[in-house]
Amino acid sequence: MAFYVVQFLTGLASAASLFLVASGLSIIFGVTRIVNFAHGAFYMIGAYIAFTLTERLSGALGFWGAIVLAALAVALIGVLVEMVLLRRIYHAPELFQLLATFGLTLMVEDLVVLIWGPDDLVGRRAPGFKGAVDFFGQNIPSYDLFLIVLGPVVLGILWLLFQRTRWGVLVRAATQDRDMVAALGVNQKWLFTSVFAVGVFLAALGGALQIPRDAVHHAMDLRIIVEVFVVVVIGGLGSIVGAFVAAVLVSELNAFGILIFPKISIILVFLVMAVVLIVRPWGLFGKPEAPARKTPGLAVNPWRPLTSNERLASLAALVIAAMLPLFAGNYALTVGSEIAIFVIFAVSLHFLMAVGGLASFGHAAYFGLGAYGVAFLAKMAGLPMIVCLLLGPLLGCMGAAVFGFFAVQLSGVYFAMLTLAFAQIVWSIAFQWVSVTGGDNGILSIWPEIWAASPSHFYWLALGVAALVTIALRAMVFSPFGYALRATRDSLLRSEAIGINAKRIQWTAFVIAGTTAGIGGALFAYLKGSVFPDNLGISLSVDALVMVLLGGVETVSGAVIGAIVYKALNIWLVSQTDLSKLVLGGFIVLIVVVFPKGIVGVLEMLAQRRRKSSPPGSPLIAKPIESAE
Amino acid sequence: MRARNYFVGAAFALLASGMAHSAMAEDLKIGEINSYSLLPAFTEPYRKGWQLAVEEINAAGGINGKKLVVISKDDGGKPADAQTAANELVSSEGVAMLTGTFLSNIGLAVSDFANQKKVFFLAAEPLTDAVIWSKGNKYTFRLRPSNYMQAAMLVEAAAKLPAKRWATIAPNYEYGQSAVSVFKKLMSEKRPDIQWVDEQWPPQGKIDAGPVVQAVAAANPEAILNVTFGADLVKLVREGNTRGLFKGREVVSFLTGEPEYLDPLKDETPEGWIVTGYPWYSIKTPEHDAFLKAYQAKYNDYPRLGSIVGYQTIKSAAAILTKAGSTDADKLIAAAEGLSMPSPFGEITFRKIDHQSTLGAYVGKTALKDGKGVMVDSVYKKGSDYLPSDAEVEKLRPKD
Repeated sequence: MAFYVVQFLTGLASAASLFLVASGLSIIFGVTRIVNFAHGAFYMIGAYIAFTLTERLSGALGFWGAIVLAALAVALIGVLVEMVLLRRIYHAPELFQLLATFGLTLMVEDLVVLIWGPDDLVGRRAPGFKGAVDFFGQNIPSYDLFLIVLGPVVLGILWLLFQRTRWGVLVRAATQDRDMVAALGVNQKWLFTSVFAVGVFLAALGGALQIPRDAVHHAMDLRIIVEVFVVVVIGGLGSIVGAFVAAVLVSELNAFGILIFPKISIILVFLVMAVVLIVRPWGLFGKPEAPARKTPGLAVNPWRPLTSNERLASLAALVIAAMLPLFAGNYALTVGSEIAIFVIFAVSLHFLMAVGGLASFGHAAYFGLGAYGVAFLAKMAGLPMIVCLLLGPLLGCMGAAVFGFFAVQLSGVYFAMLTLAFAQIVWSIAFQWVSVTGGDNGILSIWPEIWAASPSHFYWLALGVAALVTIALRAMVFSPFGYALRATRDSLLRSEAIGINAKRIQWTAFVIAGTTAGIGGALFAYLKGSVFPDNLGISLSVDALVMVLLGGVETVSGAVIGAIVYKALNIWLVSQTDLSKLVLGGFIVLIVVVFPKGIVGVLEMLAQRRRKSSPPGSPLIAKPIESAE
Repeated sequence: MRARNYFVGAAFALLASGMAHSAMAEDLKIGEINSYSLLPAFTEPYRKGWQLAVEEINAAGGINGKKLVVISKDDGGKPADAQTAANELVSSEGVAMLTGTFLSNIGLAVSDFANQKKVFFLAAEPLTDAVIWSKGNKYTFRLRPSNYMQAAMLVEAAAKLPAKRWATIAPNYEYGQSAVSVFKKLMSEKRPDIQWVDEQWPPQGKIDAGPVVQAVAAANPEAILNVTFGADLVKLVREGNTRGLFKGREVVSFLTGEPEYLDPLKDETPEGWIVTGYPWYSIKTPEHDAFLKAYQAKYNDYPRLGSIVGYQTIKSAAAILTKAGSTDADKLIAAAEGLSMPSPFGEITFRKIDHQSTLGAYVGKTALKDGKGVMVDSVYKKGSDYLPSDAEVEKLRPKD
């Protein structure tokens, strides 16, 4: 019996650490709608600075002072980031801020190694909380007890802050309806900055408090960021109490789950999230979002098919690209193939995001399923390459059909997180089912047949498929189906009022996007000659998001440019510099500032402006829409 | 559609390939790939190790009169990126052979690439047995003692312990899984009386140490096998110390004696664990002394195990290239099979039968000295003594 009590308390201690970080993320998202990918980075910097300070300052006061000081210092960094970077892009399309925070995260991962060195750092134990308390023969670390108390205390302070201060009232109001708060004359700039500072403070405090139990290292951020997002979403976005309950739920299920299934930890949070979101689409304590009062930002630049001149130009460019094998070596051709494959992957997500308004955080699942489909067909059934290429993507199609059915019942970030949960579930199956998938050692030796083996042939194959896929998806955008899909994106209520079955249209779009991604994955399996769970992983999903956002989510095919720029730059930097993450992250941040609508988005806007320069441009285009969109 | 965009991609790709041709035509080039950005704690000393080797080789006149150049690439911990790098090294740089890699799946991906492109590959670090056995191929050789060998070395010591109730804690991926399964198999062969009472599989890099420690303690084992390392090990040790998990229990642990993993533990180092590792401070052989002196003179830092691996990888590559007198893959294979050479750990041989080197490891016990973790009572175990019989290896390895 004593054991179960102690296991429960241990779970509570884990929950407290998780809650601190999650609460900060929840507040930031609730008010600013920023998907703050850098939250884990702030957590990590908090731990690093706290490590340095606790090594310098002595005594109990020095230790606790150092923890608080570190959190404050990181909050200050957060304020700087918000004022210098994020403020510029609040008007950018939804999720664009994710790109900025992703760039920051990349930079931070290299910077901490540069500043603090590559070794794992182990900090001091907390003065006064070094030992353990005996509980009927079981030991409970006293630091765990401290954390168990701290969690509810922080929750209480936050509650008081939100319920009893004017600032808290404003934050709650902004969480519910930002436009109305703005209309009432509240200075949003400072509200956002202060909220961001508080959120970052909590993240850094969470990181600093790990010093006595964890090692400080450069991958801490990735370890926590996804988990924290999941906790926030399970709890319900913007709900602090929800975040607390979700943290406890997840930690306790893990603590007791491992007694029965020791391998459950790897997937537990995602299973919980999938179940919660299917049963309660807005999380445990979240409320349905009011239909957004969208300014018709997307309709300002109506999409149009290419003019015949533009078609000719595109064709000419394609021909030039097809001539690459005449003057490029094998390596350049293989890189070209890889880029073409990522164009396929990116345009498939772009179709879902830009045309359907459905941002998936787990799109790699369908890419990877396509790759595994090929691997199974080629290795187990021994089918010829062309058959594998045709049938392999069907696995992606099936996955998209099943998961898409559940996912399209949701919208916004909840949709995104459910797709992430599904992707992680697929990933863990590939990772764990060693006898079929080979686990993390993957499936090897899936090389192309002779007719496609030479780099130039494979390049033509990939280029041709990429061109076909892009053309097909573009044609679909301007088909009746595409118009219906755009209608569901722009106004769900109105589209349903005119008789469009929104869920079915979105589901169809999801399946199309998943199958297309599967085609990319199938080619990728042959390009690399092997398939690994990585092909389904979070980082690949994030890559796809970055490519789409980089190209411009409000464009018809911006993802093509986004994929080329991002992938080419990535391959080139990794090959040329040891600090590729720092440079790539800096580059992304720069692009975010210079091209706040994505590369293609801004180019199109400039072209539009020039076209309309004789009559003064429409005020809607000329200046950003003054709302907190 | 915006096909003009492809042109940008082509331009980038061209640029990437154009940047490469910097080394002189007379140089002998080796391609090296490792997870530099993902695992800097291991790969930084590793890089220093191979850089020292390159310097020594060129100071001694290079390879058959040619200057040795190592071109190094980062794989970011992703198999697909490792293949891109391998392709660049082979197709664009024209390297004579590939070396390096840390993670098992990356080692396998590059090994498969080498097999497909008929390129010689010397795997430095990946521990998986599959690289030389179940998925072995004729182009791939491996330097470090494998999972099987390290398990066999630890079992030799562990089987002498009186403990009968064992629990295991290992990261939930191939390395952890195969380390546990080999250890269990060899251990149960020697000691049929042993019971396996609990196993814990925390996700790699994400251990929730409190509940794991508590769960293991609840099974009340007499001894524990640990396979976690890095930050997970730190968390496990800290929770285990506080909760008294290791008190009165024997612990056998993979890799924990390597300075990379032992040093961060500082004064929290648990005492008396049976570990494999690298006690650079207590090895007193002329070969190692020479290496240590050169390393400390160049870097003003002590070597980690990664330094040894990096150093010996390039030294081995150089020995193979020198003997082959050619960069032809088949001649390199012929030269490498059965080739013996000196190393800081004494003479090693690349076995003809499975292309595994006989580099060994030190087995000893952890102890605390001046607030730091060290290995004591360390004994060098030769790799050749801890490999299965030739008949068994034949069965494990597919025919070339």
